[in-house]
Amino acid sequence: MESLTERVLRDPKYQELKGKRSRFGWWLTLAMMIVYYGFILLVAFNKPFLATRLGEGVTTIGMPLGFGVILFTIVITGIYVRRANAEYDALADEIAKGALK
Amino acid sequence: MTPLKRLRRLPPGSATGGPAETDPRLSLGGGGSCVRLPARALTAFALLYALCGVAHAAGADLGQAVKQPTNWTAIAMFAVFVVATLFITKAAAKRTKSAADFYTAGGGITGFQNGLAIAGDYMSAASFLGISAAVMVGGFDGLIYSIGFLVGWPVVTFLLAERLRNLGKFTFADVAAFRFDQTPLRVFAASGTLVVVAFYLIAQMVGAGQLIKLLFGLEYWIAVIIVGGLMMVYVLFGGMTATTWVQIIKACLLLAGATFMALAVLWNFGFSPEAMFAKAVEVKTGLATAAGKPPDVAAKEGFSIMGPGGFIKDPISAISFGMALMFGTAGLPHILMRFFTVPNAKEARKSVFWATTWIGYFYLLTFIIGFGAITFVLTNPEFLDAKGGLLGGGNMAAVHLAKAVGGNVFLGFISAVAFATILAVVAGLTLSGASAVSHDIYATIVKKGHADSAAELKVSRVTTVLLGILAVVLGIVFEKQNIAFMVSLAFAVAASANFPVLLMSVLWKDCTTKGAVIGGFLGLISSVALTIVSPAVWEATLGNPKGSALFPYASPALFSMAIGFAGIVIFSLIDRSQRARQDRSGFVAQQVRSETGIGAATASSH
Repeated sequence: MESLTERVLRDPKYQELKGKRSRFGWWLTLAMMIVYYGFILLVAFNKPFLATRLGEGVTTIGMPLGFGVILFTIVITGIYVRRANAEYDALADEIAKGALK
Repeated sequence: MTPLKRLRRLPPGSATGGPAETDPRLSLGGGGSCVRLPARALTAFALLYALCGVAHAAGADLGQAVKQPTNWTAIAMFAVFVVATLFITKAAAKRTKSAADFYTAGGGITGFQNGLAIAGDYMSAASFLGISAAVMVGGFDGLIYSIGFLVGWPVVTFLLAERLRNLGKFTFADVAAFRFDQTPLRVFAASGTLVVVAFYLIAQMVGAGQLIKLLFGLEYWIAVIIVGGLMMVYVLFGGMTATTWVQIIKACLLLAGATFMALAVLWNFGFSPEAMFAKAVEVKTGLATAAGKPPDVAAKEGFSIMGPGGFIKDPISAISFGMALMFGTAGLPHILMRFFTVPNAKEARKSVFWATTWIGYFYLLTFIIGFGAITFVLTNPEFLDAKGGLLGGGNMAAVHLAKAVGGNVFLGFISAVAFATILAVVAGLTLSGASAVSHDIYATIVKKGHADSAAELKVSRVTTVLLGILAVVLGIVFEKQNIAFMVSLAFAVAASANFPVLLMSVLWKDCTTKGAVIGGFLGLISSVALTIVSPAVWEATLGNPKGSALFPYASPALFSMAIGFAGIVIFSLIDRSQRARQDRSGFVAQQVRSETGIGAATASSH
């Protein structure tokens, strides 16, 4: 097992996978934090802004923003899963093949 | 005439007293006297405001309910659900032979199926009835609340999902204890699991008892026995396979029912959200006018549902509660356990994607349903009691709307689904509690990892029976208690104890056994202690005078998570033991496996 670990560690592709995935994951986490806590802080500190009417009707700016947060959550998850399932898994398979040879 | 058509013919503002008094058509709405309406509306308004606080907590708790007339349609539909799920359990029982089958359905669930099952675990009856009621009362505030429950999912996806799948086998303790001294870490993980499961379970059992009075018109104790008994049958005989399929079926029924209701509401407004919002503002303004408010104040109150109101008072509570929801999701044992039911990391990721999609979609639906309740339920005397409140209490918004848009048969359907929802969630919780006892405590600690599969399975089943009995007892003991804090406490504990240990053990090279165990317990104890001295428990449940709570905020998570993480970091850094060196040197191998999946547990073959 130890030698297997060492073999994987020597593989430059492993370092590439680790770096890429970790960077991408943390960036997306940060984006999610900014969007959600930004929304919460807006609710806490600037209620009148969220209650501003968009046009002639009663729909306020808060409605598309709130729905936007829900949509953003789904889309950002989708983006990560798509990239991880295509790119990262292919890389992980190559590493596994190389190490188990 | 269908109820829907009747509703559409009601003139605008008919519940407000103004034009209604002279409008003969209102008598179609059922026995209510037109002349009494203004007085009714007045109390309705006062009651709604009083309910406001309750309804927000209601996302977690259904409160006390008033028993309704026996609803045979709902009972019959629930019986169909039970018979169908028992057949599934019978089929699943044939395949549940090993411990792996029991815990993870042999790892043979697809990402899409698992996504639905996770969504099923997460979409509780309280979130369906509670959030739609919160929207009916507070409008936009209900949306803020539901968003909090959704935003944890991307974090689970980015940081944990695939690592969990690659490192774990049956429980999240497999992952957290991967490179550490097994005994202390498993003791911690089992404690974290059982505490979260217990709080969540109490909330569900009491919710079931209250719901059965509302939905089926049966006694409280009947619900507790039905849920406890059926759940035991599912888990005992069908293990994870049956629990997963019960969850999938329930998720599909709930999503289908909620979709129908939301579409029916939107259809009434020509699929224009603006028209729906405008009508809701008009109804709320009318209620305020009827309550004796001057026109400008009434207009302002009516419009207040379109923006944030009193839900978020101070930013600290807001952030703290948001953190409990966001990171608690990533520490709920019955959710984490679902990552081991799929064959590989790819399917694990797909399952969180589908779960996020379905849960997000579900919250959009509950928002529309809440607005539909404003326009169709609050305007119809048929659904209001003599005092002007909703018949059966504030959480009946979605249930009354079901009758308004789909008649009695659909009402029965929604009632049956809401009750089935609790049953399914309780089964999932029990399974994860049983796994913590049999896999983490019995197989790993007592038998030092040398338990044979049959013995482990037997311990799981005995634990399931004990947990079932415990759930029934707790359900009866807590019947009259104010348990509004239970689910948020479960999330706070999950965020402050389970999540920090899991995250640090997977991502931080210098984490040690001592650090993880001490930090984890600090997070666990501080989150429970701070909740006890917070207003929700100290004042509302224990009956101490208002303002006497030592901890002023709605959720402890901001502080208890900081304590948990700080504990892990500090006690890991000062740990100079032999074991600590071993823990740190194990990180590289653990990371290789978590990143590449080499050596990960595979689906068992049949």
